[in-house]
Amino acid sequence: MDAIFLQILNGLDKGGAYALIALGLTLVFGTLGVVNFAHGALFMLGAFCAVTLQKILTISQKVRDESITFFEAYKEQPYLEIWFGDFGTKIIDWSVPISILLAIPIMLLIGLAMERGLIRHFYKRPHADQILVTFGLAIVLQEIIRSFFGANPIPTPAPDIVAGSAQIGVLLGLGESVVYPWWRIIYLLFSGLVIFLVFAFLQFTTFGMVVRAGMHDRETVGLLGIDVEHKFTIVFGIGAVVAGLAGVMYAPILPPDYHMGMDFLVLSFVVVVVGGMGSLGGAVAAGFLLGLLQSFASMNEIKAILPGIDQIIIYLVAVVIILVRPRGLMGRKGVMED
Amino acid sequence: MSIVLSIKNVDKTFGGLQALGDINLDIEEGKTHAIIGPNGAGKSTLLNCCIGRLIPDNGTVEFNGKNMIGMQPHDINHAGMVRVFQTPEIFPELTVLQNVLIPGFAKRDGIFKFNAFTSLASEKDIEADAMHILEDMGLIDQIHNSAGSMSRGDKRRLELAMGLVQHPTLLLLDEPTAGMARHDTNRTIDLLKTIKERGMTKIIIEHDMHVVFSLADTISVLAQGRIIATGTPDEIRGNPKVQEAYLGGAEL
Amino acid sequence: MSMPSLRNDWVVMAIFAAAVLTAPIWLSPVGAGYPDLLQKFAIFGLFAIGFNILFGLTGYLSFGHAVFLGVGSYTAVWSFKLLTMNVLPAIALSILVAGIFAVVIGYLSLRRSGIYFSILTLAFAQMSYNLAYSVLTPITNGETGLQLTMQDARIFDEPTTSGLPSTELFGMSMSGYSGFYFCAVLLIIGFFISLRIFRSPFGLKLLAIKSNQTRMRYTGFNTKPYLLAAFIISGMYAGLAGSLMAVTDPLAGAERMQWTASGEVVLMTILGGVGTLIGPLLGAGIIKYFENIFSALNPGELHQIFSWLPDWLENIVVAISSEFVGDGWHMTLGLSFMLVVIFLPGGVIEGVGRAYTKIRTLLKSDEANESDESVLEPEPVLSAEKE
Ligand SMILES: Nc1ncnc2c1ncn2[C@@H]1O[C@H](COP(=O)(O)OP(=O)(O)OP(=O)(O)O)[C@@H](O)[C@H]1O
Ligand SMILES: [Mg+2]
Repeated sequence: MDAIFLQILNGLDKGGAYALIALGLTLVFGTLGVVNFAHGALFMLGAFCAVTLQKILTISQKVRDESITFFEAYKEQPYLEIWFGDFGTKIIDWSVPISILLAIPIMLLIGLAMERGLIRHFYKRPHADQILVTFGLAIVLQEIIRSFFGANPIPTPAPDIVAGSAQIGVLLGLGESVVYPWWRIIYLLFSGLVIFLVFAFLQFTTFGMVVRAGMHDRETVGLLGIDVEHKFTIVFGIGAVVAGLAGVMYAPILPPDYHMGMDFLVLSFVVVVVGGMGSLGGAVAAGFLLGLLQSFASMNEIKAILPGIDQIIIYLVAVVIILVRPRGLMGRKGVMED
Repeated sequence: MSIVLSIKNVDKTFGGLQALGDINLDIEEGKTHAIIGPNGAGKSTLLNCCIGRLIPDNGTVEFNGKNMIGMQPHDINHAGMVRVFQTPEIFPELTVLQNVLIPGFAKRDGIFKFNAFTSLASEKDIEADAMHILEDMGLIDQIHNSAGSMSRGDKRRLELAMGLVQHPTLLLLDEPTAGMARHDTNRTIDLLKTIKERGMTKIIIEHDMHVVFSLADTISVLAQGRIIATGTPDEIRGNPKVQEAYLGGAEL
Repeated sequence: MSMPSLRNDWVVMAIFAAAVLTAPIWLSPVGAGYPDLLQKFAIFGLFAIGFNILFGLTGYLSFGHAVFLGVGSYTAVWSFKLLTMNVLPAIALSILVAGIFAVVIGYLSLRRSGIYFSILTLAFAQMSYNLAYSVLTPITNGETGLQLTMQDARIFDEPTTSGLPSTELFGMSMSGYSGFYFCAVLLIIGFFISLRIFRSPFGLKLLAIKSNQTRMRYTGFNTKPYLLAAFIISGMYAGLAGSLMAVTDPLAGAERMQWTASGEVVLMTILGGVGTLIGPLLGAGIIKYFENIFSALNPGELHQIFSWLPDWLENIVVAISSEFVGDGWHMTLGLSFMLVVIFLPGGVIEGVGRAYTKIRTLLKSDEANESDESVLEPEPVLSAEKE
């Protein structure tokens, strides 16, 4: 029972991440009709926003290490600590949450620049060309990051206060053994929040209405004299921000390295396809569904029956969905269907 | 006279719209049967039901005594019923000649043949046949151009050439002269007359009454998915019901 | 005229064969005339030529072709372990097994087209890759990779006494130049088959499917078996390439099946020119050549190269260019790839073609026109056309 509960939690938490990454991808596909293979790189850039801020905040000066008395020892002490004492230490400790504030404008800018500079010239080109050029861009972006930050994963811890595990078993009356890392619970809540915000934005603002109408029937909206192109540029920016935020918050879970984007790219495409290309609700549903399936497939009881199933479950689901129901769980009929 | 194609009780609805209602039609061997009617009457839909692009809700389409409903488009093609499309469905990236070779290969190779190691250069028979038809269509000086870059009228003639090269038993022509200049239209009429003398059965959909009355042995009038009259050109010309439905009373 | 003449094909083949067999000579001035690199050209050339039969002729973009490469390698190493160090059975078996994989994966993936096809092939590749690392360890030897050992059965070979045996063809060792010439002969055969396919009715029908598949159905073709045949052929080419990797170095690892490896062959094909005969081979050669040169360069050597510049400028140039060499080679690759897709969708071949016509028009203005077509002039590049 406890094990099952933990698996569900684990699945939801994984699913939150999947859904969040796929959300931006499907948004961009649904509105712009562009297959963006650089989406994983946006996720990676988000994670490196957190790394960068942490690096900036911990820029240090060499100072005498007072704790060592028998010879002259030096240690690195961040300026922030020197200037602000304990408050400075706190800020460094909270660098990941703070970098959310940094990531939003940065990712928005990157997104807008990408759409303006590259993607918009590919609207009319075949999907194969879009895949190829964004694939090239993804390689370039990840190499830039590698040349700045090196090839090794960079630990980017969460604030101390949430570094440990939550006694959720005690909270829910399931026994002391049921514990779960705080940060992953926070990630789940965070992804829920971002998903909610994106939906609310599309549902309740005029901007969102136009975008939704444009997703449905671009031509007509264009004919009404509404500047769809311009709005879609912003949509791309939003997609980039969402991917970036997913990345920022993921940094404490998986120390970022330059190729994390590529690793998540395939996965996020699978989520999008299972949900239905261009369907936001589908992406969220598919994200959680695949998260749960992945989590259960990793249970030893299941693996004993179907060895290796945990390795392929996600792809297996994708294959079955595409073959049986190519429009995905919630996709509109006819979107790239055959 | 034997019946080549027999359409019986065919119905087709799209959503709530009845595109075809209880269509019954017999096409006699060697004859040219024209189907006319206002835009949206269901003419193209009827052809789609014949060649397997659409499956009617009801009824049968018998070709040479065999029901075609549910058969794959490529099997229907090989049974001998070939369609020339209303909006050109050519291979835009291939050359004009290649566009005509393809249906030629279909006729000879069947639905699949792995002839990967014979050279195109050795396919003299099919090339000669294609060149012959392109000559007839007046496209001979364009054979090396890419088909996508041709004018609309030329694309229509290419469409026709692609149908003719398969030497079908029954050729379904969907507005073969739409978008053609007068000169080319007359030329196409002459060509279709020659083909008729060779005994090919045709269904032809046309808006151009000049074309219809020069070619047709029988005319059926379709309006709002129903056949309201079938008869010889003279009978149709004088039929008040047809004038009412088709031209709102004006003289044909 | 309209149809490439048979004689023309033989001329092309003769030139091609001569060029490949003399490659050690004419590639040595650019520092590529040694067997290891030449072998790579041939192997990746075969991979790309095969990939092009699928992507170039039918327009179906597979993102999982590395599976067949991996399968080919594993099969070849198993053949070396169980049967014999002779390379012929290894190659035959690899092509066969890769073909069988291609039948299964192709049959399922070709039920869809466009991006769905790409994702299906990608999903199958990822499944194979993940399984090769996990539960299939008994067959693949997991992360270590499959290697030869002294305990291998090798039922057709004499037991060896001194060290691990090496691959051979009836006593001829497959290392050094003999290894290259073996790969070269297979490359020539592979190119010849590709040429025949391109110039056959079958090839034309594939192009027509790429151009307008719906129309093909109403023209009397069942397109599925055509697509499947192209898929299987290109899978077999990949299997052959994979087995040659094992021939030149009897070792097989799962990373050969990773999706980035599938991406690489796409890059090669696009870079050279999709749908052209020689383009994919050119693309493979260019990528492998520059990978070899660029990834070996380091800042020290860059300083030497740019030593003729004034010091301050030298430092700047070296600082910038060092981002693109060594480990930064992938940056160069990604960047040049983007540039090709953006500005030269037809790849290098299109670029050469454009330059050629430009020069011709320049020359024509003063000379009387002389129209002798280059025999290697590419077939029309279909995929490059905008939708
Ligand atoms: N696939 C479809 N889905 C929905 N409605 C359709 C479809 N095909 C045709 N229709 C509708 O069915 C009706 C008949 O169309 P059809 O194309 O057969 O007319 P038509 O007689 O060929 O007209 P035209 O002379 O303009 O070619 C039209 O109202 C059309 O909108
Ligand atoms: Mg019509």
